[in-house]
Amino acid sequence: MNMNDQTFRVESPMAEFLRMERMPHIWCPGCGIGTVVNSFAEAVKKSNIDMDKLAVVSGIGCTGRVAGYVKLDSLHTTHGRAIPVATGLKLANPELKVVVVSGDGDLFGIGGNHFIHAARRNMDIVVICVNNFTYGMTGGQLTPTTPQTANASTTPYGNYEYPFSLPFLADACGATYVARWTSLHARNITKSIREAFNHKGFSFIEVIAPCTTLYQRRNRLGDGLDALNYYKEEAEVGQEIDTRDVGIDFQSEIRMGRFVKRDKPTYYEAVNERYANVLGDDYQLYGMSKPEREEKARREAEERIRMQALLEEEEARLLAEDIGTDEEGV
Amino acid sequence: MRKSAADPKGVLSGSHFLDGDHALAEGALAAGCRFFAGYPITPSTETAERFAERCPAVGGLFIQMEDEIASVAALIGAAWGGQKVMTVTSGPGFSLMMENIGLAVMTETPMVIANVQRAGPSTGLPTLPAQQDMMQVRWGSQGDYRVIALCPDSPQECFDLAVEAFNLSETYRVPTFIMTDETVGHMHEKVVIPPADQIGVVGRNWYQGPKADYRPYQFTGKDVAPMVKAGDGYRFHITGLTHDERGYPNLTVEQNEKVVTHLIEKIDSNADRIIRLDEDEIEGAEVVVISYGITSRIASRAVQLAREAGIKTGSLRLITIWPFAEKRIAELAGKIKGFVVPEINYGQMVREVERSAAGQCKVVGVGHCGGAVHDPEEILAAIQEAAK
Repeated sequence: MNMNDQTFRVESPMAEFLRMERMPHIWCPGCGIGTVVNSFAEAVKKSNIDMDKLAVVSGIGCTGRVAGYVKLDSLHTTHGRAIPVATGLKLANPELKVVVVSGDGDLFGIGGNHFIHAARRNMDIVVICVNNFTYGMTGGQLTPTTPQTANASTTPYGNYEYPFSLPFLADACGATYVARWTSLHARNITKSIREAFNHKGFSFIEVIAPCTTLYQRRNRLGDGLDALNYYKEEAEVGQEIDTRDVGIDFQSEIRMGRFVKRDKPTYYEAVNERYANVLGDDYQLYGMSKPEREEKARREAEERIRMQALLEEEEARLLAEDIGTDEEGV
Repeated sequence: MRKSAADPKGVLSGSHFLDGDHALAEGALAAGCRFFAGYPITPSTETAERFAERCPAVGGLFIQMEDEIASVAALIGAAWGGQKVMTVTSGPGFSLMMENIGLAVMTETPMVIANVQRAGPSTGLPTLPAQQDMMQVRWGSQGDYRVIALCPDSPQECFDLAVEAFNLSETYRVPTFIMTDETVGHMHEKVVIPPADQIGVVGRNWYQGPKADYRPYQFTGKDVAPMVKAGDGYRFHITGLTHDERGYPNLTVEQNEKVVTHLIEKIDSNADRIIRLDEDEIEGAEVVVISYGITSRIASRAVQLAREAGIKTGSLRLITIWPFAEKRIAELAGKIKGFVVPEINYGQMVREVERSAAGQCKVVGVGHCGGAVHDPEEILAAIQEAAK
């Protein structure tokens, strides 16, 4: 390791957030995952979250490597199983904020069942999906989100399957916060992650991102910059968009924004409420008495209000400085 | 590892009339298990049901997951969240669990998994007993590794071994299995649950040193590193990839050798401490019947008949299945005419006996198809053959 490396490891603005001893990372030039990690770090910093109480769980694949690079309690699990591991972690230690970061193949191919059930339960976790329409780690195969006609190594004549529209799926399954951005919209991703941190319940953020080495190349779509240009041209933010209308075709328009934000008791709250109703004072989850549970809920509610105020303040300041969001109306 | 008294909150002290499945749940609660993730499957569901009913007042949480893959995944998360964790299943679910059992082995995550065995292959005979997963528990997930597996032959032992399984699992940071079967699972018998202060429980070995020095692993082949839980500021990392002491991936042959030999040696080098056997009239025996689980109760009748017929017959019941009692069996093999090994499968543990006996004496297997227990006469005939 030369001096430059050494300096980089200590002085990088990300040093506080990343396991610098593990750099360089494995991601290709032009890949969108790094943007998501940066936005995530930014969101953590801005949210003033206690990083000791923040855990990241990933599955397998390129995005699955995120857990290995963040300087947090982090679990790199089996293919598709990040969400049930996160579920166990959250329920065993409800003080934690648990974030799943994984790819489209991992979360919606092999892990699809876990996603729909965690959303149904309104499990209080944040799921960030980097959707690059392909299995990158294994060489560019078809995923459940690959648009029709797109070329993948296992659909060498073009894809003939119907893809999932992830926000629609999440909404239908009961997710209470749903947003989509592209990796061009780093600031929006950051804001969305902050909102999700502050949201009580299952939060899903999809980030459309380029896989330059496989998806872009196989489909003759150019490099990372070309992908960002495509997002610039075709990604549109809207208000009050119905998640039924956000499907993505090959190189089509990409509708973005915060699609869903609704209040519903989380799994943990539902457990507490039901047990407390039926069992009264006999109920003591992990030894917590009723007053302790109520006190905890009150503290959390206060914290959410405080965070929401911070978010809004920040937003107002950005707008005032006119360096605000990338798109009008966000 | 030091034992302390059980938390009285989870201990239902007294005499009960329980089936084996329910006794498993009581054993888990007595051992301090406060997190159970499961998926319904005959004939194991009663354990999950009992835990679900009992846990709110004991301070635990039950979650019914979407499948058995998710159940073991949730256990891994919950264990690193600081809880003692358990699930229960049977054949088809056990197959699904194999993936994350491998992750638990690799990340050295303590957990207890009970397999109330039913007859296979596939859906097989859901409501009838078998002992056909004895090798699956040993070899079922990919790669080289060791686990611990115990085999109760009564509801009382379901309780006792559930406590023991948690203690072993915490001591060696390894998934520990209770390989029972439909008959023991659904058999009602008297189960005595001792007062909490008479139940020895091994707690999690929490790391005590400076935060910056914490390493989730040590590859000594003897001891395991202490654990921490998420949220306490250690910023630990775990992965199913080959990893170093920090838990960071290190994808080299050398590191894989370090990790794998540790996973193997931490069990093998402690085998004498782990293994428990129930021996009866071994001294001077011509024939020793080696059995486990429900089959040992049938075998005891055959042993009785053989003794009545004048054959000096000893009985060796395997309470610990894995690691296998190869040393003891090799020792006996030099002194007797033969072993008889009845089991409800067509030859699984008998091969381990053959391997251990290494040609020093006869080994007569008594296979049986799944769905029913042996007739004692079949075992008696094998004893007579071994005594020739």
